[in-house]
Amino acid sequence: MTAPESEHAVGGADSAREAEVRAWLVTLSDPEIPVLTLEDLGIIRWVRSEGDSVTVGIAPTYTGCPATEVIEASVREALESHGVTEPRIERVMSPPWTTDWISAEGRSKLAAYGIAPPAEATNSKRALFAPGETIGCPRCDSVNTIRVSEFGSTPCKASYKCGDCLEPFEYFKCI
Amino acid sequence: MSPSGDPGGMRFAYLLQLGDNALILGQRLGEWVGHAPELEEELALANFALDYIGQARALFTLAAETEGYGRSEDDLAFLRDGMDYRNVLLVEQPNGNFADTLARQFLFESFYQIQLEALAESSDAQLAQLAQKVQKEIRYHLRHTAQWVVRLGDGTELSHQRMQHAIDGLWRFTGELFSANAVDHWAAESAVGPSPPSLQRPWDTLVDEVLEEATIARPESGWMASGGKDGRHSEHMGHLLADMQFLQRAYPGATW
Repeated sequence: MTAPESEHAVGGADSAREAEVRAWLVTLSDPEIPVLTLEDLGIIRWVRSEGDSVTVGIAPTYTGCPATEVIEASVREALESHGVTEPRIERVMSPPWTTDWISAEGRSKLAAYGIAPPAEATNSKRALFAPGETIGCPRCDSVNTIRVSEFGSTPCKASYKCGDCLEPFEYFKCI
Repeated sequence: MSPSGDPGGMRFAYLLQLGDNALILGQRLGEWVGHAPELEEELALANFALDYIGQARALFTLAAETEGYGRSEDDLAFLRDGMDYRNVLLVEQPNGNFADTLARQFLFESFYQIQLEALAESSDAQLAQLAQKVQKEIRYHLRHTAQWVVRLGDGTELSHQRMQHAIDGLWRFTGELFSANAVDHWAAESAVGPSPPSLQRPWDTLVDEVLEEATIARPESGWMASGGKDGRHSEHMGHLLADMQFLQRAYPGATW
């Protein structure tokens, strides 16, 4: 699945201005996984500008993720530092964020950072006892890996260990 | 939205029912932090709690906007009295042992997942969007929760006994999940939410499947407790609120 096209601004959109705003945000990273930019995560859904006001639509990853507020503050700050007097953030719930929106570049950055990237397709509806996915070790690429916990240090990760190189690692779980 | 945009305060009340279930269960799960039997399960319960509190925040934000009296999500969470909470009795039941907590979690989440599937089709666009998001989180929880019901139920003699005891003890709180009060009737009539009795059959199917796998006997349907959705709570609720609200009551407006 690919991310739907970004929505365009309503009424008097200036796409050059929006591209400019997106360029300001390109360096902002996720506070908990700093190797990923917000762009890599696919959470910046759209930019709208009208006069002095700029609104950025951000999709939260998990409803309770504490990073959401830090991310919103960093976007607001970036807008202010470029002279936007009325920066606005809108939480975009629909369509809900999915790990399918993490870019190919984001996936390779995750693996290089030691976090196994999410499997491509998101899970089926009510498969309570479906067999677990095969997750490769981000260090040695072995598929002889063991799930230690379906949960981890942040809402978006699960804990694994490798049966070959014996290293523990985290897996960016699929939602 | 102004108060007049919500005649009879029905949308507000419905959002509170949903938000209070999430908040109170999140608070209960949070009580495990520092006490779980092993680190991995502590992480799991803390992650569950975090998701529920996030859901409660989103629902209270909508509720506060709907009410239109300038209350915030925090006011709704921390500054109401017991009788003003609208959660079902099941979620306020004490944690007990690990099997009790997992049994409570399973009985509730199997219901919540089915409720969310219906809410994802709500005529209320904001609620539908939120439900679409939340059901992805609960689907992930439910897999873990159901696996634990099976692992304990079909485990050792002691773990089986504890899981059976937990399911037996909590069963009387499941009837309330499928009973409708005035707010539920409003929601069903306006296609905002499902009629609770309509969720019973899919819940039975799901629960029976897991209990069978877990070798746990389904309790006989007997007398069912109710009242939580109308503000009549068990004595446990006051203790939970005392713990949860203490800081905001003692130091109003405190932040850190």
